[in-house]
Amino acid sequence: MSILTTQGMTKRFGGLVAVNTLDLVVEENSIHSVIGPNGAGKTTLFNCITGFYKPEDGGVDFDDRSIVGLTPDRIVHRGISRTYQNIRLFPNLTAMENILVGIHCHLKSGFFGIVLKLPGTIKEEKEAAVEARRLLKFINMDGKGDLLAKNFPYGEQRRLEIARALASRPKLLLLDEPTAGMNPSETQSMMDFIEHLRDELGITIVLIEHQMRVVMGISDIITVLDYGKKIAEGLPDEIKKDPIVIEAYLGSGSAAEIH
Amino acid sequence: MTLAQSLWREGIKTGAIGGISVLAISLVGMVESFNKRDIIADFLSMGIAFIMVFGIILPYIAAKRTTRPEKHIIFLNALTAGLVTAVFPALLVILGNIINLRSMFVNASPVLYNLLTSGVEGVGGILILLLAGILCGAFAGLLFFLPGLIRSVIIVCLTSILAVGIVQDLIRPLFSSWGIMEVVSEWLFTQNGLTIAGTIFIPIFVGAIYMFWQLKGEGIKTRYNTLESGTQKSVKMSSFFVLAIFLIFLPHILGLFLSEVLTIVGLYILLGLGLNIVVGYAGLLDLGYVAFYAIGAYIAAILTSPAIGAFTLTFWQALPFAVMGGIFAGILLGIPVLKMRGDYLAIATLGFGEIIRILVLSDFLKPWLGGAQGIAKIPNPAIFGWQLSTPQEIYYLILLGCILVVFISVRLRDSRLGRAWMAMREDEDVAQAMGINLVSTKLLAFATGAGFSALSGAIMVSKIGSVYPHSFNVFISINIVCLIIVGGIGSIPGVIVGAAALVGLPELLREFADYRMLVYGAVLVGMMLLRPEGLWPEARHKMELHGEENGSDETQTATAA
Repeated sequence: MSILTTQGMTKRFGGLVAVNTLDLVVEENSIHSVIGPNGAGKTTLFNCITGFYKPEDGGVDFDDRSIVGLTPDRIVHRGISRTYQNIRLFPNLTAMENILVGIHCHLKSGFFGIVLKLPGTIKEEKEAAVEARRLLKFINMDGKGDLLAKNFPYGEQRRLEIARALASRPKLLLLDEPTAGMNPSETQSMMDFIEHLRDELGITIVLIEHQMRVVMGISDIITVLDYGKKIAEGLPDEIKKDPIVIEAYLGSGSAAEIH
Repeated sequence: MTLAQSLWREGIKTGAIGGISVLAISLVGMVESFNKRDIIADFLSMGIAFIMVFGIILPYIAAKRTTRPEKHIIFLNALTAGLVTAVFPALLVILGNIINLRSMFVNASPVLYNLLTSGVEGVGGILILLLAGILCGAFAGLLFFLPGLIRSVIIVCLTSILAVGIVQDLIRPLFSSWGIMEVVSEWLFTQNGLTIAGTIFIPIFVGAIYMFWQLKGEGIKTRYNTLESGTQKSVKMSSFFVLAIFLIFLPHILGLFLSEVLTIVGLYILLGLGLNIVVGYAGLLDLGYVAFYAIGAYIAAILTSPAIGAFTLTFWQALPFAVMGGIFAGILLGIPVLKMRGDYLAIATLGFGEIIRILVLSDFLKPWLGGAQGIAKIPNPAIFGWQLSTPQEIYYLILLGCILVVFISVRLRDSRLGRAWMAMREDEDVAQAMGINLVSTKLLAFATGAGFSALSGAIMVSKIGSVYPHSFNVFISINIVCLIIVGGIGSIPGVIVGAAALVGLPELLREFADYRMLVYGAVLVGMMLLRPEGLWPEARHKMELHGEENGSDETQTATAA
């Protein structure tokens, strides 16, 4: 069953067509990779799905309901969460607070509930703190909750950003280059972590990735974009051999050379 | 670095900063007007003390900045900086004696020259000035070589003389109202300046307390931390109790004038805490904040004053309307500026502040708001028939307001709303992508801040009994922003400290009042350079700015563990 579909989605920036009549179907409980050369429109696709951009044309359905035109905060409430290509944690908040901000959309206490510390607020805050600590433990960072996010090493910042995205309890998680700038062993543990997310938490994952080892290693299905258009889609083994993909990545003529 | 380079970069350049500062404060007339008061009777005047502060601090900085390790070079740099600091005023005296500078600098008078050369005419006076500079430099250099504890004790002692000397006019009446203390007061103070006994006793007293805390403070803290949580709680409760008693009796200890100052500080604390939510938590720089103060004040005035006559509610009946009016205005201002960030927001809100002031002044609204004449005959508030009319009585109302507002601020800060505001301050787009509704979160920040401000305005008019448009100019907004920055942005105790320092001190020190804006500017620049986190920063902000030395260490140890 598909969880996310886009139909003819188009996003233009002036004369540039960043995403061009894209039809994408993401199956539930899969790891779906989106690859393509730089500037192929992968991050724009993410921005359109999460409501940061409004596509000029076409639709986006999530759980069989249209999410086009909703603001990003409404879309999070529907169950889509994301991370960023360049880590965008709240640098001067602690790790714990970063995760608690992620839980924000499940907290309901209002102004008076907070000021008067009504029982509902106290209960909610306690549960949120427990949940945040559980997530910290899940990313192997328990005990580091009170440190500022910006002081963590790179790999931990990546994991913390994913934990923050998980805090909103998404059904669909969009990861934008989660292994960028990582060494091989860090990359391997991130791959295990992503598979773990799908298997343990049942979260569907859409992944933008440049490292072919990662893409080929964990994807159930791969979509290849070039100039905003889908040029290929299929299983990792099919994509690996597809001459169109090789050409898009390495330039015309390269496909012939390889074969 | 060669010796000459070191001298030039670290000694002479630093000294020049001092020299130019001394020139500046002399030529704007600060030195001369401060000179009317003595710190130590017939020995050290406030003006000279002020110059000496520069003469010591800059050589000390020069010594600190010296990169060469040799002690004699460090000392030489301090001496040079001291000398250079004195050279600038010396040149002023020489130049002033040759040509008349008064057509350009009104304050470049013979009185000033006399003061700078300690009354000695001719070359002798110049030499005395230069020698004083060298001595100050030598003192700073020696200070630099002393071990840390002794050095800080000496600095604390000297500062205590200066501080007590400056505020002596306030301490003396305070002592004399307490019977026996009058004797002590006479022993310590003359009519103008400290006595010799005071000059010796006060620094020893303050220094001893400081020494005690430096040596035993850590021990006391660890002992407190090892107490059981129950005992800890009771210690906390009893210190709260002591604080409460102290706050209740404070106006009676302080007397009329100081209570008046206290009420003004209190009103600014209310304003500051409100703006702290908007600027400190949510990161929305609002420079038109005075508008909500005005709205609260005018709504309270219209509803209570018989001079307008439309309504004659009591203060308590009018207060909810004033606060609601402020909140409503906060939302109204918030809607058009929702999409604005940073500088643009600051300018738009600045405009809003002016619009309100000009509206109040307008002929159009004169029948209701009284135009430039304002509204008079506003009744004082009453509690169960007890009319609060003196500053000492109004103080309790303001104290109540401050406690309420601090309480609300603390609760909000530690809640989902506080976190949403801080997330928005850090990164608006990501905050939205984490499920935070920007519209309602921003409007709530504006509304809460405006509500606090309106509360302050309503209390202010009922305290003064009248309201005029000119009390709501843009300087009030700037004042509040400054006090937040100086206190420590986003910090609740910081607002209180900032209000006391930036609003309370100028009220106490009449000499400073003329140079208020100059001092503000200098204080802001100084703060940004030396202590950017503010006087009493929020714990997080301290981590933020000094994270290099503490935070990363912790991370490393945490990773290692």
